[in-house]
Amino acid sequence: MKITREEVLHVAKLARLNLTEEETTRLMEDMGSIIGFADKLNELDTEGVVPTAHAIPMQNAFRKDEIAESFPREEILKNAPDSDGEGFLIPKVVE
Amino acid sequence: MDLYTLTAHEIRDMIKEKKISSKEATQSALDRIAQVEDKVESFVTVLGDEAIAQAEKIDAKIASGEEVGALAGVPMALKDNMCTKDVLTTCSSKMLYNFKPPYNATVTEKLAGADTVLLGKVNMDEFAMGSSTENSYYKKTKNPYDITKVPGGSSGGSAASVAADEAFFTLGSDTGGSIRQPAALCGCVGLKPTYGSVSRYGLIAFASSLDQIGPMTKDVKDCAMVLDQIAGYDAKDSTSVNIQHPNFEAALTGDIRGLKIGVPQEYFGQGISEEVTAAVNAALSNMKAEGAEFSDMSLPLNEYALPAYYMISSAEASSNLARFDGVKYGYRAEKFNDLIDLYCQTRSEGFGAEVKRRIMIGTYALSSGYYDAYYKKAQQVRTMIMNDFGKAFETYDVLVTPASPTTAFGIGEKTSDPLEMYMADICTVSVNIGGLPAIVIPCGYDKNGLPIGIQIIGKPFDEATVLNAAYALEKTITKVKPNL
Repeated sequence: MKITREEVLHVAKLARLNLTEEETTRLMEDMGSIIGFADKLNELDTEGVVPTAHAIPMQNAFRKDEIAESFPREEILKNAPDSDGEGFLIPKVVE
Repeated sequence: MDLYTLTAHEIRDMIKEKKISSKEATQSALDRIAQVEDKVESFVTVLGDEAIAQAEKIDAKIASGEEVGALAGVPMALKDNMCTKDVLTTCSSKMLYNFKPPYNATVTEKLAGADTVLLGKVNMDEFAMGSSTENSYYKKTKNPYDITKVPGGSSGGSAASVAADEAFFTLGSDTGGSIRQPAALCGCVGLKPTYGSVSRYGLIAFASSLDQIGPMTKDVKDCAMVLDQIAGYDAKDSTSVNIQHPNFEAALTGDIRGLKIGVPQEYFGQGISEEVTAAVNAALSNMKAEGAEFSDMSLPLNEYALPAYYMISSAEASSNLARFDGVKYGYRAEKFNDLIDLYCQTRSEGFGAEVKRRIMIGTYALSSGYYDAYYKKAQQVRTMIMNDFGKAFETYDVLVTPASPTTAFGIGEKTSDPLEMYMADICTVSVNIGGLPAIVIPCGYDKNGLPIGIQIIGKPFDEATVLNAAYALEKTITKVKPNL
């Protein structure tokens, strides 16, 4: 399986990763061999087989829509790389 | 006698009978850590003073006659992907180098409720992706049986610390074998419970439909004892299953007369070392001598488990790891042009090579044009593999296989080829695909003295049978401690 440079760069953009030249070249090779390995699945006829998302049969797990206690703001902001004490700070997005 | 050599249930009983204090047990473990940690490097964070303070608190409770938890005073450690309130939880990643969770994982909370003592957080492959613990951003944990070898992974720190007697027990997490493969390589006991048995709340997610937390212990009784504390329904985990679990420790009878064991032949072929095969066959003979019956059988789709696993787990990982963006917690890049570049730079600098590789594979498998060919296809194969297991369990009570194709391999030996490293999980991934419970225990040693693991797989929610089979087998095995 061949993965092109363009494919790697497209996927990296979707995944929000900036790759170095070296990483890009390495990923072309690694993704090629791993995706190639996954092509083995095509040996199986899966026509009409229902896909399994979870190993146990599950329905949607709902809870009652009730107001419960939440974390204090300062607790949550303690881990923020940048904060003004009220919210998370990010670079300006609207000029 | 040094206390640190004892099992967790022995320590529990001695504290209960007031023969020793929790402080003595804790100090013994901390002394052992000080003695061997520079060789083994299991821990990311050691809580010295905090652990002693916690032990003193429990000792005071015991002295005053107050009611205490079931594991009162027993020192243990947690894999560094389980949230511990105000205690560093790094996932062995640069991305979370400074992350102190504002809450406890449910397992952390439950073990605190059982009055255990937290010794620290143990090393792992970054975000639990790997089979050797070489993907940790912080350190390379060594195999206590030979420090030039890997401990396995991703729960390598959990396994090595138990094998080296640094902790009386630990918890690991298992997405494709991350409890069982390191347990095999380090000669300890590791159990992956049925999906939904143990709450994943506060476990930093890798692949949500496969991840399970489980005990890593010195013997099977310890394993049952710890599972008794951590299993159970949790409303905070929407995939938690609400069923009544038996008392696993009490269910250990050691009687396996009439137990029907299936031995899937697909696990004994190419790539499985002769010494591993011989040790597993010898263990099967021991189980037969204990009254179990075994016969060869087939799981024909086994060879498709690994490719299906890598598609499903990487797809889920790429989605789960999208949350690491440098905004809410953890690492943030110093230089960036705008918001999108902040995300990209943070992720590029914060994640290691293997994590990036899995995110890339997963993003590819979920992307437009490839979704049906890879992700959906893998989920369909998952259904077929589960049907295979379902059929097998109509005839057999448990299935027995090797736990790892080889004994511990050398540090650096498999780091250049990702596919070769992925093969280390060939004996374990199908169990996660099926959501089944499986235990690994040591069943012998190779000619170099490295442990060999055997895997016992059970029906969903039948951990009791799996544990009891392991308990019976364990009695026939002579265990050797590492010489550190």
